[in-house]
Amino acid sequence: MSAAGERSVEAVGLDAPRAAVPKLLAPSPHHALFWLCAVLLGAALVVGLRLIGNEYGYFAGYFILQYIVLSSAWNILGGYAGYVNFGAAGFMAAGAYTAIALRKAFGLDLLPGIVAAGFVAGLLGLGTGYLTLRLRGVFFSIATLCLAVVLQTLIVNWDYVGGSRGAYIVRPREVPPFVSYGEYMFVVMLVLAILAVGISRTVELSRLGRGLQAIRDNERAAEAVGVPTLRLKLIATTLCGALMGVAGAPLPYYSGYLNPEAAFSLAYAVNAIAMPLIGGAGSWLGPVIGAVLLGGLQQAATVTISSALNLWIVGWMLVIFVALFPRGIIGWFRRRA
Amino acid sequence: MSAALQDPAPAPLLRAEKVGKRFGGFVALAEVDLVLRPGERLGLIGPNGSGKSTFVNCISGDFAQHDGSVTLAGAKLDGLKPHARARRGLARTFQLPQPFRSLTVLENVRVPLLFGGHAADATERAMACLEQVELAAKAARLPRELTQVEQRRLELARAIALDPQLLIADEAMAGLSHAEVDQIIALLLRLNAAGTAVIMIEHIMRAVTEFSERLIVFVAGRKIADGAPREVLAMPEVEGAYLGKQ
Amino acid sequence: MDPDLILLLNGIVSGLLLGGLYAAAATGLAVSFGMLDIVNIAHPALMVMGAFTVVLIGTALGLDPLLVAVLQAPLFYLLGVLIYGVYHHFFEKRGEEALQGLAFFFGVMFIIEVGLVMAFGPEQRFLDPPYAFITWRLGEIDLPLRMLAPALLALAALGALHLYLKRSFTGLAVAAVAQDAEALRLMAVNPVRIKRLAFGLSVALASIAGGALVVVQPVDPSSGQIFIGRVFAICIMGGMASLPGCLTAALLFGVVENVTATFYGPSWSPAVAFGWLLLVLAFRPQGLFGRMA
Repeated sequence: MSAAGERSVEAVGLDAPRAAVPKLLAPSPHHALFWLCAVLLGAALVVGLRLIGNEYGYFAGYFILQYIVLSSAWNILGGYAGYVNFGAAGFMAAGAYTAIALRKAFGLDLLPGIVAAGFVAGLLGLGTGYLTLRLRGVFFSIATLCLAVVLQTLIVNWDYVGGSRGAYIVRPREVPPFVSYGEYMFVVMLVLAILAVGISRTVELSRLGRGLQAIRDNERAAEAVGVPTLRLKLIATTLCGALMGVAGAPLPYYSGYLNPEAAFSLAYAVNAIAMPLIGGAGSWLGPVIGAVLLGGLQQAATVTISSALNLWIVGWMLVIFVALFPRGIIGWFRRRA
Repeated sequence: MSAALQDPAPAPLLRAEKVGKRFGGFVALAEVDLVLRPGERLGLIGPNGSGKSTFVNCISGDFAQHDGSVTLAGAKLDGLKPHARARRGLARTFQLPQPFRSLTVLENVRVPLLFGGHAADATERAMACLEQVELAAKAARLPRELTQVEQRRLELARAIALDPQLLIADEAMAGLSHAEVDQIIALLLRLNAAGTAVIMIEHIMRAVTEFSERLIVFVAGRKIADGAPREVLAMPEVEGAYLGKQ
Repeated sequence: MDPDLILLLNGIVSGLLLGGLYAAAATGLAVSFGMLDIVNIAHPALMVMGAFTVVLIGTALGLDPLLVAVLQAPLFYLLGVLIYGVYHHFFEKRGEEALQGLAFFFGVMFIIEVGLVMAFGPEQRFLDPPYAFITWRLGEIDLPLRMLAPALLALAALGALHLYLKRSFTGLAVAAVAQDAEALRLMAVNPVRIKRLAFGLSVALASIAGGALVVVQPVDPSSGQIFIGRVFAICIMGGMASLPGCLTAALLFGVVENVTATFYGPSWSPAVAFGWLLLVLAFRPQGLFGRMA
């Protein structure tokens, strides 16, 4: 904002707060502008990667985009409403195995698989929430913590989707308009990421988002002023679970093979929490920043250090950030500004 | 209950019948009856632990379960959650102000409007509520930047935004100065003049006597007196059980 | 006797012994989660870490694993004091337990688990004391010492803790810390000091449970994950802050899980734990023996 603009607002503020303040406080959400920018940015990424013409670019891009979906999903429940979902790996694997099962049963392709994965994982979130959200928030968190273990048990015992041996999905060499399968997967994940960020942003700026923030700040007061807290929390858990499932659905298509160990990898659980918290939970941009930063670092580091050490560092970063910068990178910058 | 008792005009706004609450073996509130007319100003006093807040929590729905039954404007509230009661026009404030700490003052007041069917003009209505409590100039501030009395007023603005038929002010003046107490009383009187019934729970006797047109007294989970303030305060059992202890 | 009945009886008895181990694992949580209201989800990870150090020290010095578990407990106490110090300074004091504090313990859990993988590899570790291969027989019922000895140690630790909480001044203060700040003030004790001490004790208990665990079964770095569901289910079923409740719930749980495993196969036991946890949360969050507040 220009200096002149600030001064005029101040001057008006003294005389007629009624007219000026709402203008200041409730900027129009600019939804159309956001979507336009997101699509342009996405197109630029596709063009840029095609110009570079390196398959590794698609690989790294997919890796980061998948985490943008996952951490935006976590943020809807964790960042806005303050309810911690530890089960990212479980929801993601639920999505991945939904895609596998549908492929085996009906020969369905990736895109219907993604829709179904969102549906199944959303129901899973709704069910877990319905059983535990009447209680204090920690009980929901504890339930999600165990959810992944149980789902893994079920999958390991379910021979139809390969059990502990895993399942294969034969990848086509090429998918027509795309130059390579890698580009195809990248574009799929790019679209999902734009949708996930867009949804998380829309939620944040909507009535639902305000209600969730009120719940996070003070659930009892929220209830007392007419916020239907249980219903909003259930909507948020469902949405959170569904988006996590969506992030997982392309996983078997991407790698061509999936076993329970890979699908339930600890990396998903920890990154889904670390990325939004490090980027700045509570704002739609925080998870994006966290995912790009942390995902990029991990992608770069896999070349030089072991994956275990990589994850160990993420764990330490999570602990150090929540202790020293509880508002994340965004919060830190806002305070400086 | 006979038909004759149900019909006398004006119809009661709030009717609490045999409302009680036990915690394990401890009886916090025992079979309290209360009928409140629309627009009435009721003071509720009693020593600490006499069941005042327990009673409020039963009425507001903060306790999922209690004995007895509560009716607001003819509709049963039993089993309804606090948010559903709030939407029916039952507002309350808390003993300690409970703002949404990460939301601005304006957003704090917009929340009840967004969920109360006024999403379209929530901002304008919220500003109007803030003007009623003289907080409009601080609409962009965060709650932690407010003084104590301003936080109390914010709490009242949020309650006003519900357009309540009944407001329960649970110790809304605790810790305030003499002048600040006067501000809050004036505010509550204005609100009452616009048609809202008010139950004031308060330790500050001056505020209660100045404000109330009727006074009830709780001691040890029971209602021991109910009537005009002057008469109630003159009752020997009230003096003995309550005022004597202070 | 009917072979199915013998199977069932043996299932119940070894379930009770297993329950002793679970009791040791869950009482630490009953102290931290139940009494102090600190949601230490890293508790099972700390237990597994205890099991690994028992293997390491026991193998190096040729000592009995249960003895090592007791000897190393003071070190775990100090570790607990340290963790609580960090938690209190950065989260509890600021009132940010709910989101950031929970994420902190998740991070601690994660660091321990991945740290163990890096230090020891993902393989299973075990340390068999000589008595691990002895089984006493009472008629048709087997009493393997591999399970009996850890269960007895667990019960002894539980009993000692129970006496401490009921009889000593600081023990009473621990019980009061979550419920009654006023009483603490009258006792003239600093709640932070009491919480630090009690949290240290809970982590020391995790170490003893870890020692017991490694005698019963081999452990790997991710063993803690399976225990999260179990210990929280037991702790909540037992009424959160009650040691007798916790013990009863643990024994009951051990029997149910073991009988399920006997008849349906052990691969389903994590699902049993989670199913119980969900049922408890949905229908009796106040615990099996508690009453609703």
